[in-house]
Amino acid sequence: MEFLFYFGDVFTPVNFALLLVGTIGGLILGATPGLSPTMAVALLIPFTFKLEPAQGLILLGAAYTSTVAGGAVSAILLKIPGAPANIATTLDGHTMAQNGEGARALQLSFLASAIGGVFGVLLLIFLTPLLAQWALAFGPSHLFWLAILGVTVIGSLDSASVVKGLLSGCIGLWLATIGFDDIMGAQRFIFHPSLGGGINIIAALIGLFAIPQVITMFAKGRSGDGAEVIKVQKHSIRKAIAEIIRRPRALGIGTAIGSIIGLIPGVGGQIAGLVAYDQAKKFSPEYAKFGTGHSEGVIAAEAANNAMVGPSLVPLLTLSIPGSPTAAVLLGGLLIHGIFPGTDLFDNHPDVAWTFINSMLIGQILMCIFGLYVAGMAARIAQVPQSVMAAVVLGLAVFGSYSVQSSMGDVYVMASLGVMMYFLERFGFSAAPLVLGLILGPIAEANFIQGSMIASATDGLGPYFMTGTLNIVLIVLIAASVAYSAAMELRNRRTTSKEDLMI
Amino acid sequence: MRKLIAAAAMAAIALTGTASADEAADYPDRPVMMMVSYGAGGATDFQARIVTMTAGNEDALGMPIAILNKPGAGGRVGWNWFATQVDADGYTLAAYNVPHFIAQSIKGGVEYTTDSFEPIANWGADPAVFVVATDSPFNSMADVVAYAKENPGKLTFSGAGLFVGHHIAALQIEKAAGVKMAYIPTKGGGAAAMKAVIAGDVLGGVNNLSDAFRAREAGNIKILGVADLERSDFLPDVPTMKEQGLDVDNASVNFRGIMVPKGTPQGIIDKLAETVPVMFANARVKSKMEAGGSAIRIMNRDEVIEMWAARDKTLKELLAGL
Repeated sequence: MEFLFYFGDVFTPVNFALLLVGTIGGLILGATPGLSPTMAVALLIPFTFKLEPAQGLILLGAAYTSTVAGGAVSAILLKIPGAPANIATTLDGHTMAQNGEGARALQLSFLASAIGGVFGVLLLIFLTPLLAQWALAFGPSHLFWLAILGVTVIGSLDSASVVKGLLSGCIGLWLATIGFDDIMGAQRFIFHPSLGGGINIIAALIGLFAIPQVITMFAKGRSGDGAEVIKVQKHSIRKAIAEIIRRPRALGIGTAIGSIIGLIPGVGGQIAGLVAYDQAKKFSPEYAKFGTGHSEGVIAAEAANNAMVGPSLVPLLTLSIPGSPTAAVLLGGLLIHGIFPGTDLFDNHPDVAWTFINSMLIGQILMCIFGLYVAGMAARIAQVPQSVMAAVVLGLAVFGSYSVQSSMGDVYVMASLGVMMYFLERFGFSAAPLVLGLILGPIAEANFIQGSMIASATDGLGPYFMTGTLNIVLIVLIAASVAYSAAMELRNRRTTSKEDLMI
Repeated sequence: MRKLIAAAAMAAIALTGTASADEAADYPDRPVMMMVSYGAGGATDFQARIVTMTAGNEDALGMPIAILNKPGAGGRVGWNWFATQVDADGYTLAAYNVPHFIAQSIKGGVEYTTDSFEPIANWGADPAVFVVATDSPFNSMADVVAYAKENPGKLTFSGAGLFVGHHIAALQIEKAAGVKMAYIPTKGGGAAAMKAVIAGDVLGGVNNLSDAFRAREAGNIKILGVADLERSDFLPDVPTMKEQGLDVDNASVNFRGIMVPKGTPQGIIDKLAETVPVMFANARVKSKMEAGGSAIRIMNRDEVIEMWAARDKTLKELLAGL
């Protein structure tokens, strides 16, 4: 309950002003393609040099929470996920926007973000010591199985058929091997200098999602319905709130999965949204509606990616280990003021620690209010004619992929992956499983090699990977997931094979 | 008329003359960029931002230094770019990490060697330390070596990747003690290697002194030895490897500093070599660096040239067998 004593500090004029600046600025930065939460926080660090420690952290904390939510804006309206966390949001969110429900999708995503986010921060406040143990429980063998569990999701994610889903997942896994391998020191598939550092995930995201869409828009040209203007239906906030309340399952699954997976160092943030989306789909009676602009998809994905924010800071605040790139940047923001995260932070600087955490709590709510306001305006973007829209998206795609590491190489990677994806989409493949492969490949590989190095020095591969409660639980989950996908595929085949034959 | 032309010609000659001499005198007349070959928020990036924050002052360069991150492949992407793509006009500097870039150039596959760059000055030194979890039975390097002798190849210890300071320290410890241990390189830098130690995934680890200092303050680890010639001011109670009978020198110490590409005009190099160490010595820089637990070690251009050459020689011997 200690945090309540420091609530007043959030509302001093200067602190509250910084909170507002961080929140609004974060929303704008988050909505800009290519500016991931990590980048946004890193850009703000120099401004905190001159501020008091608590004030600096308020700014950074507010920016972190609202960039994660802001990423939904470009994901829904432009189909460019700002960060890996927003990939799942594009699946149903952008379809909703195409159906003229952009305002509704944005409202739902901000409400779900705020609820998930507040829950995540409350977990951080009340359960930190317990969560710290959980974050440490995942060794190389467990992370390997967790990544494999993610791979099993690939088949059922946003694809017409499991086989095509798995195939595009494999393309993603192959792309992930490009670059310099840190563990064995080998160079792999570096056939062009811009691939030296591997394929940057943000640049790949932008290319895979935005470029096929741009080409489609250009291909329509001025003829036919090319100049069609999408109607945007107004959607009242009250209706959106009512809808959120009617969807407790998606909200609950999103929040729970985001909080649990967000905690695992190095893995969580990137896949929380996708895993939550997939689980919400599997548990929903309206299974078939996912991917066609179904509100549960948006709610689960956005609740998950904001629920992850609070728990993702647990390893940093308690153990002084940054569990994600963003946490590493926040660590810099603390160190510059001579504050060491860990016991030192909570014992000697409780005012800083709790003001920071409280500001994230208030920040979630402010973010929701501004987000809902923005939702009304931003949805008009869909009224822009497609030819203009295509040019704008293309410009943003080039800007976004360049700005990640100020490298033209990333722009080439973005463009070539995008053109490749355009043709793949023609044959019924989709981008989401490919990206999931790209994210999970390195996690699975690095942890398998590390695990096998440890195993061969100690008790051997079999016992290391196959024994222990956590390993067995994960293996069982993998088996269940594979069996579920196989069963669904068989059932679908039985029902659809006749129609396929007719075509 | 003739006089006038002659005067004009003289003036023109004088002008061009001063122009070429002024290249160094006017330098810098616009903001300078500094490439850091690691991501934003990492230790190198963080320190680079601190040591360059006073660059705009009159007693320093008089122009701000902007940081440009080019991360990837353990620094290779950034340094390759710096060695091949950059104009050698003094407006693009880079941060170096020794022994990383020297070890990489020895192992090959990159487009640079120590001869591709001209050092300007060194700002910091972060020695490698040997760490174990708080509940570990090991209390000194002697315990570690004794265990490794009894169980050859079975003592697992983590570090941030291959051919970085941690790996060099690991190789030196194994060589000095005459034992075989299992070095586990992690992906995700020193933080991932530290997590492996705290969580008990491995029995021990090599890590940065600054990160280990913080982790010890948080009560998570014990620090058994420092791989440097002297004890650190941050850890006066931790003995060096040498004091514990292991012949490990400072070859693994992570030196960070500023360099320019080969071919930069000598006048500009001289000017930078003169002003940059003064910029590092600024009191504000010192207090910010120390607050973060990072030790300042300022070395001038000549000292760095010597250090690079010495490191090149040691690392060639150490890595020859790999």
